[in-house]
Amino acid sequence: MEYMEKQDMNQYETIVGMEIHVELATSSKMFCSCKNDPFGAPKPNMYTCPVCLGLPGALPVPNKKAIEWTIKLGLALGCEIQLYSKFDRKHYFYPDLAKGYQISQYDLPFCRNGLITTELGDVRIHRVHLEEDTGKLQHAMVDGKKVTLVDFNRSSVPLVEIVTEPDIHSGEQAKLFLKKLHQIVRYLGVSSADMEKGSMRLEPNISVRKIGERELPKYKVEVKNINSFNFVKRAIDFETKRHIELLEAGQMPKQETRGYVEGTSSTVSQRSKEEAADYRYFPDPDIPPIRLTEAYVTEIKKTLPELPDSKIERFMKEYGLSSDEAVHITDEKTGADYFESCVSLAQGSFETQNITPTIIARNLINVHEEEMSPKKRIDALLAKAQEKNVDAGVITVAVTLVLGQQTKAIADYKHGKLSALMFLVGMVKKELKGKGDAGIIEQELKKRLS
Amino acid sequence: MFNTLTVKEAIKKLKAKEISHQELYTDLAKHIASTNEKLNIYLSVDKQVEQKAEKLLDAPLAGIPIAVKDNFLTRELPTTAASNVLIGFMSPYESTVTKKIVAAGAAIIGKTNMDAWAHGSSTETSDFGPTKNPRNPEHLPGGSSGGSAAAVAADVCIGAIGSETAGSVRQPSSWCGVVGLKPTYGRVSRYGVVAMASSTDSPGPIGKTVEDTAILFESMAGRDEKDATTPNKEVPQLSKEIANGVKGIHIGICYTDHPEIGKQQVSQQILEAGKLFEKHGAHVSLVPISEKVEKGKIFTPDFAIGVYTVVQRGEVSSNLARYDGIRYGNDRSFFGAEARRRMMLGTFTLSKGYSEQYYNNAQKVRNLYLQNFQELFEAYDLLISPTTPSYAEKLGASFGSPMYGELEDMLLEPTSISGLPGISVPCFRDEKTNLFLGMNIVASWWQEEKMIQAAHLYEMETPWNTWRNKI
Repeated sequence: MEYMEKQDMNQYETIVGMEIHVELATSSKMFCSCKNDPFGAPKPNMYTCPVCLGLPGALPVPNKKAIEWTIKLGLALGCEIQLYSKFDRKHYFYPDLAKGYQISQYDLPFCRNGLITTELGDVRIHRVHLEEDTGKLQHAMVDGKKVTLVDFNRSSVPLVEIVTEPDIHSGEQAKLFLKKLHQIVRYLGVSSADMEKGSMRLEPNISVRKIGERELPKYKVEVKNINSFNFVKRAIDFETKRHIELLEAGQMPKQETRGYVEGTSSTVSQRSKEEAADYRYFPDPDIPPIRLTEAYVTEIKKTLPELPDSKIERFMKEYGLSSDEAVHITDEKTGADYFESCVSLAQGSFETQNITPTIIARNLINVHEEEMSPKKRIDALLAKAQEKNVDAGVITVAVTLVLGQQTKAIADYKHGKLSALMFLVGMVKKELKGKGDAGIIEQELKKRLS
Repeated sequence: MFNTLTVKEAIKKLKAKEISHQELYTDLAKHIASTNEKLNIYLSVDKQVEQKAEKLLDAPLAGIPIAVKDNFLTRELPTTAASNVLIGFMSPYESTVTKKIVAAGAAIIGKTNMDAWAHGSSTETSDFGPTKNPRNPEHLPGGSSGGSAAAVAADVCIGAIGSETAGSVRQPSSWCGVVGLKPTYGRVSRYGVVAMASSTDSPGPIGKTVEDTAILFESMAGRDEKDATTPNKEVPQLSKEIANGVKGIHIGICYTDHPEIGKQQVSQQILEAGKLFEKHGAHVSLVPISEKVEKGKIFTPDFAIGVYTVVQRGEVSSNLARYDGIRYGNDRSFFGAEARRRMMLGTFTLSKGYSEQYYNNAQKVRNLYLQNFQELFEAYDLLISPTTPSYAEKLGASFGSPMYGELEDMLLEPTSISGLPGISVPCFRDEKTNLFLGMNIVASWWQEEKMIQAAHLYEMETPWNTWRNKI
């Protein structure tokens, strides 16, 4: 039975396209000068004005910084930038939508055709556009009555929507993709991308098809309420299985919106979406079309920081880090910058002292003391290195001694058991009474065992 | 009676202390008290206006009383846009226009009746009853700024502010025998004006004389950081250049050869005006009407109704979506019949599958009008035409005729959808009915000074202005 299921599963492939919303961390909102800090606001409806409350006669004026940051993100994702763009009105009714429409971008998004590479395959970016966030409903009790309150602090916060092509084929790939996107957003410093606070929201559109089929399935299921990459993975895994079971039973999965349930790692139906909603898009007459120049885009391009992929490559080349170390160190831009400050402080000691960028990197990975200044850390490392500084001759003697005793470990290592090498390093260190650098000992051992 | 003073005269007399604010406002209050019940011009009046005005003597407008259409948001007076939906709504903020005119020394005496949400050309769609034409109360004042035009005609203010989307300043001005100026789209901020059709809404002054509208225009116009559609253009000082005349400029006469309009008396008046301008040194010629866009000809206004109706209804359905009764005002069941009709039509034309057919096609035809005017203004400085086909209609004329407003405004719609500036000046008075005809003078974008000069000359050289020539 188990075997059969696996067989069936293997005949299908998962097709996922993602929609990701990222709230930009500009100081003011998208179309007014209200403070953009919905999460930090001490009271509901504090950061509001006629514009974000949608009062009669109020008019939107686009936030230039938000446009700049959207283009920056587009460039970082390798998108083409549209020099002629516009904002459109997207109509629907909901009490948290002040104007009865959301200002968004319909057919002329700022950015198109980007790409993010993952170890499990490329994910093409269909488009990146800019819009405004809505207010937030709060269900509460007031004077013993159940009521719904609206908080407009979040109304008109700049929101970037990133839409991928349906290039994701597993929960794992979705996770890799999202991690990378998250990292890029954080590198650019355009958003906190904090999923707990809702400043990054993830919506996978999932369907499955038989392997070998070319056309997109005739349905898709959108899953909402997901606030972590792991949950996206689980939602996709759950949906994939559910769809396959339905298809195997001869049923077509329903086109619908489902909600993720954390406790059970499953999803439940929220509303059916048989037909595409009609948002009655039309160009917002309050905002003239936006014409950008090549020079403007070039200027933004110049402000792009070195992105994770090229940083990893450079750290491996320039500092001799292993790929794992480089990936780890560059996880956050602040970490990578910290590493480089440490390296430049220690630069003068590379020749004379027992310290290398690799040692620094490993120290950063293992010792989490974010508050510690690079100077303090390097001083501590140098002091430790001093201690470890054992004459090469002493190490050679100790290695010889250990190799003479540990014949089983040597045999294990030669049979490819890598942990045996670590065991030998430990034995040598023991012989040296804790002194000596593990890296140097390891090198010496390898040399001798080769 | 000081309430019959023009803006120019009132400022002069107040500054010279020939009259006091008290005298001026007492006359106005009396006049309002004796006429408002009959004419239904003001929806609200400011009882403290005199005290406010007194403090403004040193400002350019010296504290003169200005009537403001009820779709401009004001903090001190209610704003309803003449709709039951907004009854009880007090705006927490002030519109840019009212802020600017008050800063320039205007005192807002009251808010005037209008077609509800500015939907109409009669004021009959107002949820608070129609305004009557002060020139002949059996007739309509036009609309949607009918209350503001009537306020000027009835001398219950010194000057007024209206707003035009397609004719809403000029058509009621024409019917009430006053002067209405519609600035270039984007010249005057829309911030704080209840939106009707955002892509054509233009606030504009209504006055007793051309010069009055020029003075008010200067206090309203200019770039506003809060309205992204107002470019940073220098505001022309219209009142200073007003007497420059028309010598050497090229004027084209339009629509007098239209099969329907040509038969009307107003066309005769426009041809006469052409002769007058010629006498004063302008080069005047007829611009033939054409069913298609052709160089040297004017594209028929017949299609503008369709374009305007589709675009405007679409924008209306969108702009009125916010009145959901959740945060302020009443719920949607309070919308009147005309607003409902427009929202339904607009929702339909923007719907999937129909927007291509209606909205997108309308925008294409709109571009044809734009292209036509761009070409015409290479050859002409001004285009003149009738403002409306005929005199003010009788009360009740708009009922049962959903397209009533569009037919009345058809001669103004081509220029409105193109964002052009225009001014309507009285060009005839029927002695029997005391009703007026108007001439529409249109200039190229951002060239309001040219139309003001021609309008002023015409006003000075003809007997139709009832403040310059008392009846």
